[in-house]
Amino acid sequence: MITKRIIPCLDVRDGRVVKGVNFEGLADVSSPVELGQYYSRCGADELVFYDITASAEGRALFTDILCEVARTIFIPLTVGGGINTVEDFDRVLKCGADKVSVNSGAIRNPDLIYEAAKKYGDQCVVLSADIKRVDGVFRVFAKGGRENTGMEAIEWIKKCVSMGAGEVVVNSIDTDGVKNGFDLEMLAAVCDAVQVPVIASGGAGCMEDFTTLFKTLPKVDAGLAASIFHFGEVAIPDLKKKLAGENIPVRL
Amino acid sequence: MIAIIDYGVGNLFSLKSSFAAIGADAFVSRNLAEIAAADKIVLPGVGAFGDAAAKLRDCGMAQVVTAEAGRGKPLLGICLGMQLLFEKSYEYGEHEGLGLIPGEICPIRSQIPAGLKIPHIGWNALQFTKKPSRLFRYIKDGDFVYFVHSFSGMHCDESVIATAEYGAPLVAAVESKNVFGCQFHPEKSGEVGLSILKAFCDAEVEKC
Repeated sequence: MITKRIIPCLDVRDGRVVKGVNFEGLADVSSPVELGQYYSRCGADELVFYDITASAEGRALFTDILCEVARTIFIPLTVGGGINTVEDFDRVLKCGADKVSVNSGAIRNPDLIYEAAKKYGDQCVVLSADIKRVDGVFRVFAKGGRENTGMEAIEWIKKCVSMGAGEVVVNSIDTDGVKNGFDLEMLAAVCDAVQVPVIASGGAGCMEDFTTLFKTLPKVDAGLAASIFHFGEVAIPDLKKKLAGENIPVRL
Repeated sequence: MIAIIDYGVGNLFSLKSSFAAIGADAFVSRNLAEIAAADKIVLPGVGAFGDAAAKLRDCGMAQVVTAEAGRGKPLLGICLGMQLLFEKSYEYGEHEGLGLIPGEICPIRSQIPAGLKIPHIGWNALQFTKKPSRLFRYIKDGDFVYFVHSFSGMHCDESVIATAEYGAPLVAAVESKNVFGCQFHPEKSGEVGLSILKAFCDAEVEKC
């Protein structure tokens, strides 16, 4: 059976991982290469590198770093941030990325999903959606969650999947950073609407949040988190052991 | 020397890097003479079968691969590269493959119960069949590898060396004499994947 995936997300600015990490035996905690290798050894099933650089120089640096990561880490790599054109897909895929995540770029130009899927295959295109409840309705937000697009989220996700998005990352702005568990209501609505893998993001605070996620919503394929892994609050080997103990299929 | 065939299908950066990581001498090439001169050949690939098969034939690569495999040279097909080793595929029509592995490529949809997501994507466990394989000498039954595919091999029982359970046992790897195929991506399957590539590097030329 396909296992549930545990995915750490690393934000990279100017070629360095943002958010301090304090792991024993790690000389350079903000090196994407060292941190990526660390997570790969710990049993992470996939890595997401998110480029939050604003400048062109920083972007070039990110691409170099990505090549370095892909040279030494042999698990699937997803790259997001600043993906606005098919050329951007090409740029990161050439460096060894396996999947490319689009967010604001797809909101500005939804054809990007169709064009990229046609060229690289559906499995390569990941839709990342930042969603927040506004007056009881799920709305899509752009620009890192700062701008309400006014679009209804489930319709938006269905549209993107029909255009070729092969996977959906659902990031709940409502639960993000609260560390009180994933947004099960929002995730259930997405799982009911699409037949592609759904990745839960935003809200994980402890190991139990992952067991609750996979037990309540068996259709969710993966759990993504950043700070709880980076700050060592949840160690991936412990998490996977716990999930296995609860009869949730994981790769050990 | 291991030749990784570049015929304009997919990106070979990770594959080349993974051979480098295990200390193997691998090079990416689209030069027919270079590939014919290599000790071992890797046929990668992502995308659609018909397109890839046509590209292989048009550049003369199909003939080189078939001839070298016929001489007993170890050949490894990966993902779509494995599918191309089969006789035929039913992906968007009907297309002829290299015919090095008896069998056909069919939609997963026709092989598994309704309700399961397609593509079969993620980490799944290898279940070895009764046929022991040199490709698995450094790994064990139940080890996990990474899959991404919507089509898979059928009617190839003689060659199957491992399956993966996804509502039904899907063909995960095949072997016929010196010809090997992995439906999963060893170059994305962590240490287990590298061990499989190492075993391929250690495979001897078959005396034909």
